[in-house]
Amino acid sequence: MSLMQRISLIFRAKADKALDRAEDPRETLDYSYKRQLELLTKVRRGVADVATSRKRVELQAAQLQQQSDKLTDQAQKALSMGREDLAREALTRKSALTSQMADLKAQQAQLQGEEEKLTLASQRLQAKVESFRTQKETIKAKYTAAEAQTRINEAFSGISEEMGDVGMAVQRAEDKTAQMQARAGAIDELIASGALDDASSINRGDDISRELEAMSSHSDVESELAALKAGSPQALEQADTAPPAQVEAAPVAEPVSEPRKEEGPA
Amino acid sequence: MIVRILGEGQWDVSDDQLPALNELDSAVESAVDGEDRETFAQSLAELLDAVRSVGVPLADESLEDSDLILPPSDATLEEVRELLNDDGLIPG
Repeated sequence: MSLMQRISLIFRAKADKALDRAEDPRETLDYSYKRQLELLTKVRRGVADVATSRKRVELQAAQLQQQSDKLTDQAQKALSMGREDLAREALTRKSALTSQMADLKAQQAQLQGEEEKLTLASQRLQAKVESFRTQKETIKAKYTAAEAQTRINEAFSGISEEMGDVGMAVQRAEDKTAQMQARAGAIDELIASGALDDASSINRGDDISRELEAMSSHSDVESELAALKAGSPQALEQADTAPPAQVEAAPVAEPVSEPRKEEGPA
Repeated sequence: MIVRILGEGQWDVSDDQLPALNELDSAVESAVDGEDRETFAQSLAELLDAVRSVGVPLADESLEDSDLILPPSDATLEEVRELLNDDGLIPG
């Protein structure tokens, strides 16, 4: 027997088992309808759950992107200050983030796929439940319990197969989402533990930032000093108001500032 | 003949397509039996593509049951094996 036949027989056996439960077959209709509505609620909740997971993954990807951008920025800054060692460190950290980001992107695509599939499943089920409800009312109004059986079997087997299918789809989506949530949890922990976050937190600052800041404040002092020595109040004013320009100006100020050499490449 | 792809919906497939589908189906089946993951993924994809391309999709509100049921497109070999096990994946 073919694979396709074997699977369909198993579904049919499940449907038959469910159908045997009630004494009055018309009760089966109401019972089944109730279960259909429950399943519909479950699928919709499933769609919402998957969407929540997807958004979480997207948020994490955005956080990692921000960290990655910051590290690029730091590498540039470090290089402009002649600190190739620091630049290298920043780029090394960045490359560790890159593989995490690729992983998150793949997860996001997978979750998006699950979300779309479940949304369609919920639309199909909704249409079938509505169609079943109409048939159920017709059967209850028109037929006695004895007569109803065949009609019920017809309406019942189609919806029961769909319920088995949708039930399975929800289960699979839940399993996949749970797996990804565990991985997302690990990344959250990684961010919280500071292994990655340190590099991105602007307020607290990481070791690279601290070193860069120390260097730039030092070079601010040096350039201010150089401006004083040159006796130019205008230059002094510029040093006060435009610190970013001073960072770039630092290497230029270097030749006139003796103590700067202590800060040379380690 | 009504064919269901789990997780996707149902198609009406004309009977004269059955021999071709059966051939693809046995390729999937022997891949499952032989635990050949690569052949399994490829032959399952071919089988599902064939159903989608020769079949006419049933309307959402249709309540027909299927003559044949196929695993979901992203099913793993293990999942298909479990599916063939009566107490397996199908919630009942």
